Amino acid sequence: MARPAMVRTSADPPERKTRNTPAAPARIESGTLENSLPHLDRIIHERMRLGIVSALAVNESLTFNELKKLLQTTDGNLSVHARRLEEVRYVECSKSFEGRMPKTEYRLTVAGRKAFERYLDHMEALIQAMREGA
Amino acid sequence: MALAQQARILKEPVSIDRRAADNLRFIRDTMERAASFTAVPGWGGVAVGCTALAAGLTAAHRSIQQAFFVWMAEAGVALLVAAVAVCRKSRRLALPLGSQPSRRALLSFAPPLLAGGMLTVVLFRLHELSILPGVWLLLYGAAVVTGGAFSVRIVPLMGLCFMLAGALALASPAAWGNWFLLAGFGFLHIGFGVAIARRHGG
Repeated sequence: MARPAMVRTSADPPERKTRNTPAAPARIESGTLENSLPHLDRIIHERMRLGIVSALAVNESLTFNELKKLLQTTDGNLSVHARRLEEVRYVECSKSFEGRMPKTEYRLTVAGRKAFERYLDHMEALIQAMREGA
Repeated sequence: MALAQQARILKEPVSIDRRAADNLRFIRDTMERAASFTAVPGWGGVAVGCTALAAGLTAAHRSIQQAFFVWMAEAGVALLVAAVAVCRKSRRLALPLGSQPSRRALLSFAPPLLAGGMLTVVLFRLHELSILPGVWLLLYGAAVVTGGAFSVRIVPLMGLCFMLAGALALASPAAWGNWFLLAGFGFLHIGFGVAIARRHGG
């Protein structure tokens, strides 16, 4: 019974724990990309986090609300994924007040930018390898 | 079941390839949409504002016709400075000028400017130079409002300020025209340019 491809939620176990473990047979189809590249950065690979990092890559900083609007997501979802990126120091967050309104601003760190570039290289290398192998 | 599994494995390379390409597409789309937040170069605006201050001071106490040519020269310089600033920013953000947000902003920005250009020719022929400062500020403001409609709120707000300055210039004595141009193209560009640069990355 094949599982739907790439369906992952914030409730999934932390990515680092599964990074180097062999693929379970049930994940052959759903986990092909991850299994093909054992060094794939799973922190960035998750779709919402990939969106956050991509958006911050072309902006000095973005507020929580700008990111929420851009990625068309909920407060809770964005907050969970942004915190995950903060934990691994791919993004940094600063909180301030604009008048009486709290303002949360995110920036991509040097480590985050490098990780993003590495991820892009992985994807491009994968496509290239597939084309050459075809 | 074994056959089904084998079929899945045989299909695998195509699936991986497509998913990697899909990921790259998603990244590009997100970057394009996110880049529209800072489509306007803030420091470029500051540079344009400085050239406008210089033009305003040069045109001060000159005849209305001489002032007209000073400001026409300033328009050329400002266009050049703005083009360089936009190119540099798009290169820094790794977004080609042909990308969707750039095209969209340019297409919305151009029509009011073209209208301003045509009106300039007509009013110059009619020797009605005294109302040109108001017309320029008003139509440039309209261009910024329409071009900045997809950008951060500060950009259309800057356009509205230009439109307000234009309306005031049209209602004021002709002798004040140069000072309205100096205040509008100079101080508004510098003030909003600094705010955009600080808040939206350059």
